Parts: sequence; structure tokens; C-alpha cells
Amino acid sequence: MKRKSKHSIPTKYTLLILTIFCVIVMFVSFTLNLSGGPLNAAAGYIFVPMQNGINQVGTWIVNQADELASLRNVMQENKELQAEVDKLTQDLNTIKLEQYELNNLRELMELDQKYPSYEKVAARVIGSDGGNWFNTFLIDKGENDGIEKDMNVIAGSGLVGIVIDTGPNYAKVRSIIDDASNVSGMALSTADRCIVNGNLASMNENQVIQFTDLKCDDNDVKTGEQLVTSHISDKYLEGILIGYVSAIKRDSNNLTYSGTVTPAVDFQHLQEVLVVLDKKQSGNPRGNK
Amino acid sequence: MRRKLTVFLIISICFILQCTLFQAFSFASISPNLLIVAVSSFGFMRGRKEGMWIGFFSGLLLDLFFGSVIGFYALVYAYIGYVNGFFRKRFFPDDIKLPLILIAASDLSYNMLVYFFLFFLRGRFRFGYYFLHIMLPELVYTILVTIVLYFLILRINQKLESIEKRSASKFV
Repeated sequence: MKRKSKHSIPTKYTLLILTIFCVIVMFVSFTLNLSGGPLNAAAGYIFVPMQNGINQVGTWIVNQADELASLRNVMQENKELQAEVDKLTQDLNTIKLEQYELNNLRELMELDQKYPSYEKVAARVIGSDGGNWFNTFLIDKGENDGIEKDMNVIAGSGLVGIVIDTGPNYAKVRSIIDDASNVSGMALSTADRCIVNGNLASMNENQVIQFTDLKCDDNDVKTGEQLVTSHISDKYLEGILIGYVSAIKRDSNNLTYSGTVTPAVDFQHLQEVLVVLDKKQSGNPRGNK
Repeated sequence: MRRKLTVFLIISICFILQCTLFQAFSFASISPNLLIVAVSSFGFMRGRKEGMWIGFFSGLLLDLFFGSVIGFYALVYAYIGYVNGFFRKRFFPDDIKLPLILIAASDLSYNMLVYFFLFFLRGRFRFGYYFLHIMLPELVYTILVTIVLYFLILRINQKLESIEKRSASKFV
């Protein structure tokens, strides 16, 4: 059955060559931070359209099912929402007043708007990591739509992650709940900085990720505090909501606090995300990260 | 040529289903590993060499789309395909025990390798937790899927082999 020509290399050696090749490629792509390049483009053109197709079919089916299921809840929800609208309108009025006051004060202090409105582009999630270890996913916009590496990705009002690689028609996003993700964050009310790192185990157990190295005065930061991206992060734009502190405790060194954060974004049902096209200015002279 | 095209199609379909449809079907955010089933079954059906190459290219696909460095998954899958190839002589199409055991072992060793290199080395030492909550559920789910997917791949392979035999006897 097996026809072996005299000149073929034994499989053992092919495996050895392949191993060496892979190891070299790993080192090269790790140290030089390279990605697939033309391979990325080729793979993108073949697979992204297929993923798009499947997603469209899937979304359609899910939508049909959802419509039937949700019809029953809609009436009840409508009532509740109406009540909420009334309440929110009231709140909004108060906030408008405060905003007005704030604007006046800012003008007085000649401060610019602190958070400029960023330019964003909407993208659809078309595939998530095949394995169960990491939390990266693909979106259907890429270099052709002006997306570059290190752009921030948000959904709703919260931070989703960061673009880590791009192809011509797709981009790879690492979410903040990914085990390898680290974000420099700060407590909104006190501007105390901390590191928010994704954690597979705690995310699986109770849908939270962790923060560490929070330096703050005694019990200044409490549960429910908002954590936003900090001003010293070199990749994340300032002031994007990461999540809410769900537990906090003092570290054994008595100086810093650590605890858990509930992300503001629902990562289980992520379908559409916004990519912020403005990147953090990287030309600034910076000290350490 | 026909074989290469078919294998390419099988791998593509597995890859795409794995990162779209089966993510939606995931239980407790665990989804099955279809690529391992494909690579491992081609390994013990076709031998070391084909297993290795099929593994290499499936891994490369994962690397391009989801890997943090190029080459890691390619290497792991290539080895899995290669090792499965050793069992070609013991493989009989009618017996599902050996394929199930091999695929289960492949999935488990794949996850062990990923855990060791990408988690353990970054200081995530709770092996017990990851074993119970990631590896074991994935193993069970993958085996369930295997029962269907394996027979599909087996039929396709048998069909291909019979076509190859026919055309070989025609020319020789």
C-alpha cells in the first residue's frame, strides 16, 4: 500500500525540522511582535466571509427564537420601563442642572472637556477563541476600515478590550477578562491607581476579574466603586469604565488593596462592539508604565 | 489532490464551527474541541506523516486567528497528529473504543500542554481547579461530539480510499 520513494525524508526528521521551524517562528514572532503578515491576509479572505455567513444565519435563528420568547415578557417589561423612564427623567433633570453648573465652573477654570467624544466604528463579533483557555475574539472590521493595533474596544459604556492584531478584513481583540490581559485602572472617585487583570478562574466561578496594587487611604474605596482606565496607561484611553468593585480587602503588606471587579460589559452575549479610532498619544515622554 | 482538498474542507468546517456555532452551544462557557477530533482521527487513520501535517496546518490556523505567538498551536497539534499516527496498525474502523480513547487522550494532553505553557508558566498554579473546570468538561463535551464527528470523518476517509484504490488499479 505504502509507496515510498527513495528520496523522501523519514517522518521523524520532518517532525524535527517542523519543531525547530515552529520554535524559531515562535521566538521571532514573540520578540519582534510580528504577526502572520501575508498569511493573516490570506486566512482572513478565506475564513472571515464564512464566519460572517454562519453568524448571520445563527443570529437570524436566535432572533426568531428570541422574538417568540420575549413577546410574553414585553408587556410586563413595558410597565416597569415606563416607571423607570419617569424616574430617570427626574434624575436627568437634576443631572442637567449639575452639568450646567459644571460647565460653568470648567469655563471658569479654562479647562477643556475632560473626555472628548472619540471617533468610533461599530463592528460585529464573528468568532471567539476556539479553545476554552483564552478570551480573544474576532470582529468583522480590519485594516480596510482604518482599524489598527492597540485601538480600544468598547461596548455600551464599558471597556471590552484592545485590538491585538489586524488583518485586512478582520481584527483580533483581547478582552479584559482574558487571563493574559492587564489594564491600568483607577478608582473614579479617588483617582487611586490599580492594575486590573483578567482571570479565567474567577471569571468562571463568579463572573468577576481581579484588581491588585490599589494604593488608597484607609477604606477609601468601597464595594460598588467604579473603576475606570487610568491616565497613565499607555494603550488605554483615559476614563473608560472597566467595572464595579465587588469585593476589596487589604493586602498582607498593609499598604495596598486588592479585590475583584464585576466588568461593566456582558461578555457572554457580546454581539456588537465599538472600536475607538483614536489611539492614546504615544509620542509623549513617559516614565515607566 | 482530491484528498488534500477534502481534508482542507474538513479542517475549515471544523475550525469555523468551533469558533462560531459551538461557542453559542457552549455549556458553562465550555465548548468542544473539534479540531483535535479531526487531527487525531486523521492521525490514526492515515499514519504519522499525514497526521503531523494536518495537525500542523490546523494549528497554524488557530495561531493566525487566536494565538498570541505564531507557531505554538501548530507545534502542539503537529505532535498530536504524529503521536496518533503510531496507532495506525492497531486501528480497525469498526471498533470505536480505540478512537475514543485516543481522541480523549489527545484532548487531555493538548489541554495539559496549553495549561503548562500558557498558564502554569505565568504563575497560575491552581491545577486542580483548571483540571476540574476546564479540562474535564471539555473532555466530556469533545467525546460526545466525537461520537458523531468521528463516523463522518471515517466515512469520508473510506470513500476517499476506495476512490484512490480504484484509480490506482486503473493506471497500474
